[in-house]
Amino acid sequence: MSDIKVDFKAVQHIAKLSRLAINEQQAQEYTNQLNQILGLFDKISNLSTEGIEPLVTPTEIEIFWREDIAENNYSSEEMVANAPSQQGSLFKVPPVV
Amino acid sequence: MSYRGYDAVIGIETHVQLRTKSKIFSSDATNFDASDNENTSPITLGMPGTLPVLNKKVIEYSVLTGLALNCSIRKKSVFARKNYFYPDLPKGYQISQYDQPICENGALTFMVNGQERRVSITRAHMEEDAGKSTHHGDYTLINLNRAGIPLLEIVSGPEITSATEAAEYGKAIRQVVRYLDVCDGNLEEGSLRCDVNISVKKEGVDKLGTKVEIKNINSFRFIEKAIEYEIDRQIDLLESGQKVIQETRLYDPDKNRTFSMRKKEDAQDYRYFPDPDILPVVISEDFIKKLKAEIPEMPLARAQRFISAHGLPEYDAFVLTTERELADYYEATAKICGNYKSSSNWVMTDVMRELNLNNSIISKAPVSPEALGQLIQMIDNEKISGKIAKSVFSEMWKSGKSPEAIVNEKKMVQISDASTIEKIVDDVLALNPSQVHDYKGGKEKLIGFFVGAVMKTSKGQANPDLVNKILLEKLKK
Repeated sequence: MSDIKVDFKAVQHIAKLSRLAINEQQAQEYTNQLNQILGLFDKISNLSTEGIEPLVTPTEIEIFWREDIAENNYSSEEMVANAPSQQGSLFKVPPVV
Repeated sequence: MSYRGYDAVIGIETHVQLRTKSKIFSSDATNFDASDNENTSPITLGMPGTLPVLNKKVIEYSVLTGLALNCSIRKKSVFARKNYFYPDLPKGYQISQYDQPICENGALTFMVNGQERRVSITRAHMEEDAGKSTHHGDYTLINLNRAGIPLLEIVSGPEITSATEAAEYGKAIRQVVRYLDVCDGNLEEGSLRCDVNISVKKEGVDKLGTKVEIKNINSFRFIEKAIEYEIDRQIDLLESGQKVIQETRLYDPDKNRTFSMRKKEDAQDYRYFPDPDILPVVISEDFIKKLKAEIPEMPLARAQRFISAHGLPEYDAFVLTTERELADYYEATAKICGNYKSSSNWVMTDVMRELNLNNSIISKAPVSPEALGQLIQMIDNEKISGKIAKSVFSEMWKSGKSPEAIVNEKKMVQISDASTIEKIVDDVLALNPSQVHDYKGGKEKLIGFFVGAVMKTSKGQANPDLVNKILLEKLKK
């Protein structure tokens, strides 16, 4: 494996962006694991991609659009039913501000 | 424009809610008045295993807007994931466009204080809206009806130089999307939202200052006030030897000031990447051509045509073109009667007064442009006087009847028969000998009194020009 892809600080940053609470020991563990995974990509990076357009999708289909038709197939009760917490037909979450 | 020796550099991002029936990636409805979470589905909720499918109308509206803003349309554009965590964004990412937006390199021309101003449009890209959160202290409630409503984000170049210009730019964008009928332009309901980027630099200096973003301003007046406040705040900082910090601020209209929302250090790292769930949007030349043909005449071009071809004053032309329906109404009226200025006067004063009084809109006016055109024709043909026309008009507004019917019914036809008028004039003069005496003695101002008396006797139906002429002749004797 070549140089380090993700350091301890980057892992903590990503955890913060992802709203994940991780302790130092976990952060260290994930740093090691992520570096191993990313190391695999080095093999791919060794391939020459000169003159090749970046690939967005491997499919050959170019267009798949739907017509602008509104449907109402679900009730709000159904939609909030799986939420850990709700109030009326609204999702209830921990305070944001 | 100079602010205390500083130049302001302003760019605006406008989020335009596209007026589709269903959401951008699901068939959930988009109506504003839906009950809590009524317009949601597993796709909107970002449930595992669901797949977004693009709404064709969103592409059409976006291309239409791009064309109207003189943008080049990308034949193959790509959706990207913008990753961030917030409860109103259930998937953990917003589907947006990043390095390959659908519209680029356009420009918008609009008027600022009677002068034409051109501001470049850097790009316009499609994306989905987020849900709505309401904060209640120790908890937050989430409504996902708005999540997935299609937006077109229009980004201006950093070329706007004053608060007034910024507000006019916003109004011009609103006018364009309303003319195209791709957005209702309702700022209060959030159908049009503006984020403003502002920095200041010493006059003549090339290097840009540190920019501050003001988010979600929901009126053009507030845009102007927020920018003015922010320019002052930044200049104050620099003048006192401090630095402007790159940050996002919110505008509080009650206190008329901006306050810090988040600093750059907490800035999101969005980790954009192409969304593998959605195919690139490939559009053909034919598709673009078809939409190009649908673009109506834009407001500024229309105002300029009203000035040059109809001979209207600038003021009239700009008032009439504020809304497409109003301009249509004026043009239809003018087409019937052939009198441009008169049509403009009637629409701008009488029609708009009634609309304001009744808190109504032009498309619901009970007087059709055809009927108004006929009324103006009756004045021009001297069938009725301008004064009578006013009362015919209010009758038309009340009853919806044609001017012809009202005039006949109420026997309001103008008297243009000289012998009838002469008889009335003779009666009036006979009844007022002392005034006749005074007039002949030099009190020529009394002519107004005689005209008034004749008009009153004729119940306003006498042709005023003829009355004047006959009176003057008779009084000479």
